[in-house]
Amino acid sequence: MAVACVLPFFLSNYHVFQASMVLSTAIALVGLNILTGYSGQISLGHGAFLAIGAYTTAILMDKFDVPYWATIPVAGLVCLVAGFLFGLPALKLEGHYLALATFALAVALPQLLKFRYLEPWTGGVQGIVIMKPDPPISSFMGLTLNSDRWLYFVALLVAALMYLVAWNLLRGRIGRALIAIRDQPTAAALMGIDTSLYKSLAFGVSALFTGVAGSLSAILVAFVAPDSFTVFLSITLMVGMVVGGLTSLPGALYGAAFVQFIPNLADQISKAAPWAIYGALLIVLMIVLPGGIAGGLNLLWSKVTNRTGALQ
Amino acid sequence: METFIHQIVAGIATGGVYASLALALVMIYQSTHHINFAQGEIAMFATYLAWTLINAGFPYWVAFFGTVILAFALGVLIQRVIIRPVENAPVLNVVVVFIGLLVILNSLAGWIFTYTIKSFPSPFPKEPPFGLSFISSHELGSIGVTIVLLVMLYSFFRFTPLGLAMRAAAQNPDSSRLVGIRVGWMLALGWGLAAVLGSIAGMMIAPIVFLEPNMMSGVLLYAFAAALVGGIDSPGGAVLGGFLVGILENLLGAYVIGTELKLSVALVLIVTVLTIRPAGLFGKVIVTRV
Amino acid sequence: MASLLEVDGLCAGYGATEVVHDLSMRIEEGTITTLLGANGAGKTTTLRALCKMIRTRGSIRFAGEAIDQLATEDIVRRGVAHVPDGRGTFGSLTTEENLRLGGYTRRDRKAAAADQERMYDYFPRLRERRQQQAGTMSGGEQQMLAIARALMLRPRLLLMDEPSFGLAPLIVREIFSIMKAINENDRVTILLVEQNAAMALKLASQAYLLETGRLVLSGEAAALSNDEAVRRSYLGY
Repeated sequence: MAVACVLPFFLSNYHVFQASMVLSTAIALVGLNILTGYSGQISLGHGAFLAIGAYTTAILMDKFDVPYWATIPVAGLVCLVAGFLFGLPALKLEGHYLALATFALAVALPQLLKFRYLEPWTGGVQGIVIMKPDPPISSFMGLTLNSDRWLYFVALLVAALMYLVAWNLLRGRIGRALIAIRDQPTAAALMGIDTSLYKSLAFGVSALFTGVAGSLSAILVAFVAPDSFTVFLSITLMVGMVVGGLTSLPGALYGAAFVQFIPNLADQISKAAPWAIYGALLIVLMIVLPGGIAGGLNLLWSKVTNRTGALQ
Repeated sequence: METFIHQIVAGIATGGVYASLALALVMIYQSTHHINFAQGEIAMFATYLAWTLINAGFPYWVAFFGTVILAFALGVLIQRVIIRPVENAPVLNVVVVFIGLLVILNSLAGWIFTYTIKSFPSPFPKEPPFGLSFISSHELGSIGVTIVLLVMLYSFFRFTPLGLAMRAAAQNPDSSRLVGIRVGWMLALGWGLAAVLGSIAGMMIAPIVFLEPNMMSGVLLYAFAAALVGGIDSPGGAVLGGFLVGILENLLGAYVIGTELKLSVALVLIVTVLTIRPAGLFGKVIVTRV
Repeated sequence: MASLLEVDGLCAGYGATEVVHDLSMRIEEGTITTLLGANGAGKTTTLRALCKMIRTRGSIRFAGEAIDQLATEDIVRRGVAHVPDGRGTFGSLTTEENLRLGGYTRRDRKAAAADQERMYDYFPRLRERRQQQAGTMSGGEQQMLAIARALMLRPRLLLMDEPSFGLAPLIVREIFSIMKAINENDRVTILLVEQNAAMALKLASQAYLLETGRLVLSGEAAALSNDEAVRRSYLGY
């Protein structure tokens, strides 16, 4: 954590921006994790909640002059409601079918955002440009704070907060209930867990996290447009979750870092390369290491510390 | 009135494409209970292969059948190498693999063939057939190809021993093994045929939507809608659903909502069918044993 | 001379649970052997193990060849037919299609078609229902179809899993007499798993008794059925 605090002062503005994006993506991945890893519901359309969060922030800032930091909780709340509402019909859908419905949402989304009648709000194809906020204080203990660095700390704060919320949520009754619903839904129902309520809640909470991430990313990038929210964005989230590791909070960080930096590196090979790597990784990981990086580290750790030689 | 008929005819033509893709989806679903999210990309990739053959100088129909054979091989290869290892894995893992496949094919196409939009030729003449005004030659030809394809497939499954074995393997793999059917290879064959269906669908629609790596995502969405409307485990339903959805799309697009929200229409269809009647028109309602 | 089926130290189970432990059997060609035991003793598991439908350890030899590493399809193609518990008919296919599938692996088309007619002779009720969907037929008819389908293979060894299950006594008697006929006329070796011990011991010449996955008795069927102590403690009559 201490490292995270001093980091921005040693990096260039662009790298600080990237670090902030990693934090924002990590929040989204935590959200996705809650839904898929813990509650066992597959979503291929979480980009939609990123979009809702981002556009909420953009519209509030652009049309209503709401200060940037106030839009974040609003975006989160809007997404909480949206997610819960989406979770209701989704209750009836299992596995493939839910994946299909969310996939359809993701594919249809950009077209929806460009829709003529919504243009006065969404800015149509052009999207909305928002002002990058200035830091409230220009220096702190002798270190200069510019826009990027300030926003980094904002992101860090929000991320830390959200992590805490998630950690608390999942550690207690709710987490156990979700896992019970994921693994043995009938038994869970028989034990008195209101599966419908929990599943819809999981959707809502997951959407909240993702919405906050979307809001943050809009502030960081200072721009929202429909074509940023294609199905490939949702797939990117999924890649981050799979690579980082399901049901793993630290995994969200690994995954976020991965999807932020791999495109930068792979882009130098070819425009298509990052996606080819994503695709190959998705397949290989599912076959070889379904636990992602976090799972792999756990495996390594247990191999190193395991002395009793438990049954495989 | 004439435009109305033309909309219907155009709807039947694109409906044929949806029907072929929907049938491919149903074939794979019936035998594996998986939804092939990568079906569109397989079709797209096959169409690019066709384009390559045509550009290399082969006459259209030679390229057509060459592509069909290549697509078949590609489908079999994908099943054996990528799908088989995760056959019995949890649903999430399988979905991830399918998405991975989608992504790889999409990016491979972009890498090999670039993202520039290309035109794809139609084998049918530009002039309308028999001087009719409500149908183009391509539309007529496309419908013809689709019908021939569907009839051939139907005959294959209904009247040949191999077709019977494939149907058996899809319904009841355990019993199929007990009569000596190599179920694994039946699955691979199913994938091969699904890829063939996709390739022909791609080649029929490419002249209209133009060739680029993302050309099939909208088409795939409609194919999903068609398969769901007809019943995800009913081949006949999928075909009917395809034509219905094609006509519906065109009529809605021309008279109700314009062409802007076409994908949302598919989305609404999908979500509606899934929530109200998941079995579709002709599918079976599945009761899960506790 | 080697037995048709030689099983040594067979262990089999589902997942991490072993259900059958250290089973050894010898089945001679041309005989009818019955495998008896209470519910959950491991009888069905044993049959599934012989066809490699589940994981096994230990040796299984059929007609002198080791089959414990082969896939189910390959074992079937060597002449082992299995009528599973639950019949295993292809419900949405017709009776005729079910029979055709039974002969799927046969190269001799004409003989296979002739065999199909012979099946209709054995089971006239099936001839009436040629084009009917198998899943809509009664339990007894489906059982006959399952047996007929297995016989289409012209198997050397026929594994039967509780053919009497859920059927009226009259039908059971019919099926048992057909089994006797198959064994005598077509020289098909039969391994019969049954809960109905009395009928099974009348039909079979050899018997094995399983209890919680282990072999506790084996011997001539007549001897077992005459031994009152055995009947009381193990067979319940």
